[in-house]
Amino acid sequence: MQKEVMFAGFGGQGILSIGKILAHAAMEEGKEVIWIPSYGPEMRGGTAYCMVVISDRKIGSPIIKRPQHLVAMNRPSLDKFAPEVKPEGVILINTSLIPVDAGRSDIDEVKVPASDIANSLGSMRSANIVALSAFTARSGIVEFDTMKQCVKNEFMKKPKVLELNMLAVEEGKNAAVN
Amino acid sequence: MGKILMKGNEAIGEAAIRAGCLNYFAYPITPQSEVAEYLSKRLPEVDGVFLQAESEVAVAYMIFGASGAGERVFTTSSSPGISLMCEGLSYVACAECPAVYVNIIRGGPGLGGILPSQADYFQATKGGGHGDYRLIVMAPDTVQEAVEMVMRAFPLAEKYRNPVMILGDGLIGQMMEPVEFPDHLKTEPSNKNDWATTGMDTRKSKTKNIVKSLFLDPAELYKKNIILKEKYDIIKEEEVMYDTYNMDVDYKMLIVSYGTMSRVCSTAIDLMKADGFEVGMLRPQTLFPFPEKEIFAAAQKESVKMLASIEMSMGQMVEDVERSVKGTRPVEWYGKAGGEVPTPEEVIEAVTSMYNKECA
Repeated sequence: MQKEVMFAGFGGQGILSIGKILAHAAMEEGKEVIWIPSYGPEMRGGTAYCMVVISDRKIGSPIIKRPQHLVAMNRPSLDKFAPEVKPEGVILINTSLIPVDAGRSDIDEVKVPASDIANSLGSMRSANIVALSAFTARSGIVEFDTMKQCVKNEFMKKPKVLELNMLAVEEGKNAAVN
Repeated sequence: MGKILMKGNEAIGEAAIRAGCLNYFAYPITPQSEVAEYLSKRLPEVDGVFLQAESEVAVAYMIFGASGAGERVFTTSSSPGISLMCEGLSYVACAECPAVYVNIIRGGPGLGGILPSQADYFQATKGGGHGDYRLIVMAPDTVQEAVEMVMRAFPLAEKYRNPVMILGDGLIGQMMEPVEFPDHLKTEPSNKNDWATTGMDTRKSKTKNIVKSLFLDPAELYKKNIILKEKYDIIKEEEVMYDTYNMDVDYKMLIVSYGTMSRVCSTAIDLMKADGFEVGMLRPQTLFPFPEKEIFAAAQKESVKMLASIEMSMGQMVEDVERSVKGTRPVEWYGKAGGEVPTPEEVIEAVTSMYNKECA
């Protein structure tokens, strides 16, 4: 069984980082995984995206036309990638920055005001972790606790950031469940 | 040591250190600059030499110097950078110095783009530099295989006193995959005192070792060429590496593909199999020596109607596939270039249409 997640947003939103954290979590669970960044001629503040492919067996093509799931952190990302998501996939929408729906009835739409939640916790910068947490809770792509542990590992050396992101993990989960 | 998640470029740098290589000269270029970034931090930790040269031309001759002095040395670059090194590469090959070069190919020709490509196949396998020389060329399809090939490249280069090139593409360099590193190689370049300028005092010898690539006497240069050819012939016999996919069934068509492209093809093959269309794949792991005999044998299977060379270039390896098959089966090409990578769906469409055209 192979699953793909597209993470997309503005450069600087921590898109590549949450992709890496998910890839780590999948590896911890003994799965095959690839993390593929967009490294095209992008500009600061432009779009950034990465794809994480998780599988039980050796992964073939690293080129994925249609991902299973999408985490969209800004509107251009939703507009661009929502039509490509496979039926029954999860589309997570950061409603703080995206005032519209995915426009699909065959997917599981999760609306989370990730940037607002992060702001209320003290820093906009943890919006990515809110989104990752909400996505993981809803999709069950890896065990929630594995993801949480990988967030911990990622920020172990920065206690203040870690504390903030642990709150973000909890709030993200709550937002996805409600 | 367990698996760690690592970018291809960083894993390549680490693999070189574990192969006992402590000399790295390079000039940064996308999409492989992370190798230099990684090694600028790592090499000083292990008392190695990290040197950012003023250009790739300088790199090529720093390699010549270090290798000629018996040191394990390597560089990494991407297409236009490798082009600049090709003059020095020819010198290194002629002087029979071992060295390892990694080309993380980007779209060309010209300054081109920065996205993945396999369009330097000709450059790596047929020359690039001038004169009758050959590189041993290996092409990994995963980050793990890139690590294994880098670690194999150094002993191979020293065994044959020949430059070895690892041919990756932008994706191999940029993507992260779990990797496990083999144990450190505990070897030293074993035969270096026989030929390298290691110093007569050091090796307690009264004979000079001379490393050069200038032979003005045509008879002497011809002799050099014969020595090189004999070496390449042995390499052709001894060092072919390849992998197969779905070749234990009666496949109707045989794909020949390498590197990232072969992974896309493997997914296409799975999907075609589900539809009842059996396609096999032979994946060359060495591009020189090319698995000529193996491709010929695989093509002779009665069920095989045709072959397809599928590449991220406008048709380069296809010439070697045609040569290998010796006219016994039709050979077609499919590919994309310039940084575009075909999707499995595009491969299926191309393969199905060429099969219907040729064999229906």
